[in-house]
Amino acid sequence: MRTWREITSRGNFRIWGLALAGLFLLGLPFWASQFVSYLMLTFFAYAITVIGFNLLFGFTGLLSFGHALFMAAGAYTAAFLTSKFSVLSMEIILVVAVIVSSILAALIGAICVRYIKIYFAMLTLAFGMLFYTFLLKFYYLTGGDEGMRVLRPSLLGFNLSEIPKMQFLTGSYYLYSFVVLAILAFLMWKIVSSPFGLCLRAIRDNPEKAEYLGVSVKRYRWYAFVISGAYAAVGGALLAPAIGQVDPGLTYWTHSGTLVFMTLLGGFENFFGPLIGGIVYIFLQDKVMSLTTYWRFIFGGILAFIVVVAPGGIAGVIGSFVKRRKN
Amino acid sequence: MREERGRTILSARDVHKHYGEFCALGGVSFQISEGEFVSIIGPNGAGKTTLINVLTGLLKPNQGKVFFKDREITGIGPEKLSKLGLARSFQLVNIFPNFSVLEFLMVAIVSRLNKGKNFFSSLLRDSKVTGEALEVAQLFGLDEKKDVLTKNLPQGDKKMLDVASAFALHPEVILLDEPTSGVSTSDKNRIMETLVSASKKIGIKSIIQVEHDMDIVFSYSDRIIALHQGKILADGAPKTIEKDEEVVCTVLGQKECFKIFSSISDRKS
Repeated sequence: MRTWREITSRGNFRIWGLALAGLFLLGLPFWASQFVSYLMLTFFAYAITVIGFNLLFGFTGLLSFGHALFMAAGAYTAAFLTSKFSVLSMEIILVVAVIVSSILAALIGAICVRYIKIYFAMLTLAFGMLFYTFLLKFYYLTGGDEGMRVLRPSLLGFNLSEIPKMQFLTGSYYLYSFVVLAILAFLMWKIVSSPFGLCLRAIRDNPEKAEYLGVSVKRYRWYAFVISGAYAAVGGALLAPAIGQVDPGLTYWTHSGTLVFMTLLGGFENFFGPLIGGIVYIFLQDKVMSLTTYWRFIFGGILAFIVVVAPGGIAGVIGSFVKRRKN
Repeated sequence: MREERGRTILSARDVHKHYGEFCALGGVSFQISEGEFVSIIGPNGAGKTTLINVLTGLLKPNQGKVFFKDREITGIGPEKLSKLGLARSFQLVNIFPNFSVLEFLMVAIVSRLNKGKNFFSSLLRDSKVTGEALEVAQLFGLDEKKDVLTKNLPQGDKKMLDVASAFALHPEVILLDEPTSGVSTSDKNRIMETLVSASKKIGIKSIIQVEHDMDIVFSYSDRIIALHQGKILADGAPKTIEKDEEVVCTVLGQKECFKIFSSISDRKS
């Protein structure tokens, strides 16, 4: 028999908390409105993207300002496959999105990881904007500023085209996205607690020392870049059917900024921080947008407040609160 | 380390390094054999740290070559060098501030065991990595602080940890850039004793250190290389160096010079 102390110890609390959060999210479509479930569905797509983004930012110390590029690559892959090639299988879409985005990330990353800090941020921003221009100008291929339609995919081989749209999105597609998120979050957890994850953190803290300890700094940064690009592609590919239409705005720099914002809001020092940030961002944005058209003004204020008062984000505030309670 | 002195393990041939107009190293050559404990001494600006940076492949010399185990290593960079078996510690504390002591040492061990590309295996369940990290921590008397964040360690322990992480790579040659600078006198001897005994246990063949504290230099070294204005002023056993008035006066400054020679003349009279 395990004692109560063991069951409620810190590590177990985390598992219990996660299990509860998982059950809550799974059950949400049953009692919440379709709209809330729909917002949660978009959160799943962003959640996958930001946990990938945070491998690069929080764990490796590289701030990408063009990360939406890979999300757009995933979303456009879904659009191309469904509307131009009639490939409707979501599993194939996800695999192709990962392959396309990984190749892109491998090429772009090979250039970007030679630089750090502001130079890295500016280079990634530049590539993001290059991709934006490409999507905008090659309109005969990409539909230009109108973008492309994303047809409804089949899930695990089941053709679900008969179901009404919102019922599909907040039903089977919701569940599907949730499972993908759970799997990818678990894999990322494995990655950050692996020897590779340790090396990434060492690079973030002190690249010179890491190099003297035999860590191939640039190569590992590149691995992290490619992995986070692949994650963003899955996020983008999952988002595409939910929004039904992809456009170049997906890779515009403000969209990359949104990913940075979510991560900062939730706290980049914590594994779960970006997830908290993502969920708060999406629901807060919806609330504030319904109140005022100047929602960017409010969000700018929030961002300034976080950076000055709580640089650890929401997760940081919760963490210090828990610590204080313990003492 | 005095017992077996063998073949040449590290050598510099006519190394020149300029920073613009300033000549930091102007033709430095020497050979270091297995089994030697060599101290590099010299006044500030003599080129000691530049020399260490050239030897560890961080800086590319303008002229000249560096060889390690008969292989040219000029400018190949610290990462490859650490894999070949040459490690270093730093003059200024160089740590991963947000790491615990044990995690810090694990970085070196993961790298030595070539496990950095294990993307999905659990680090904490890898008993080989954690076990070896703990062994190194014990060797350097840091095992009781294994879970302390390195940024919260006292200065002496930070220095010790930096040195310990270089030892954890199990190198054949280790270069220590002022291992006892910024550390209290009582800590200095503790650090030196620890690293000499640790290097015996790990099987390190040669130690090269840059050091300002002459008590430590003269009591631990087999050989002393004195640098002055980028050139080798003297190279020999501590006993010969001690007697060389020019070296002592240049390297140690007038005050020390007066102290040593007055004590010698006291002894004579």
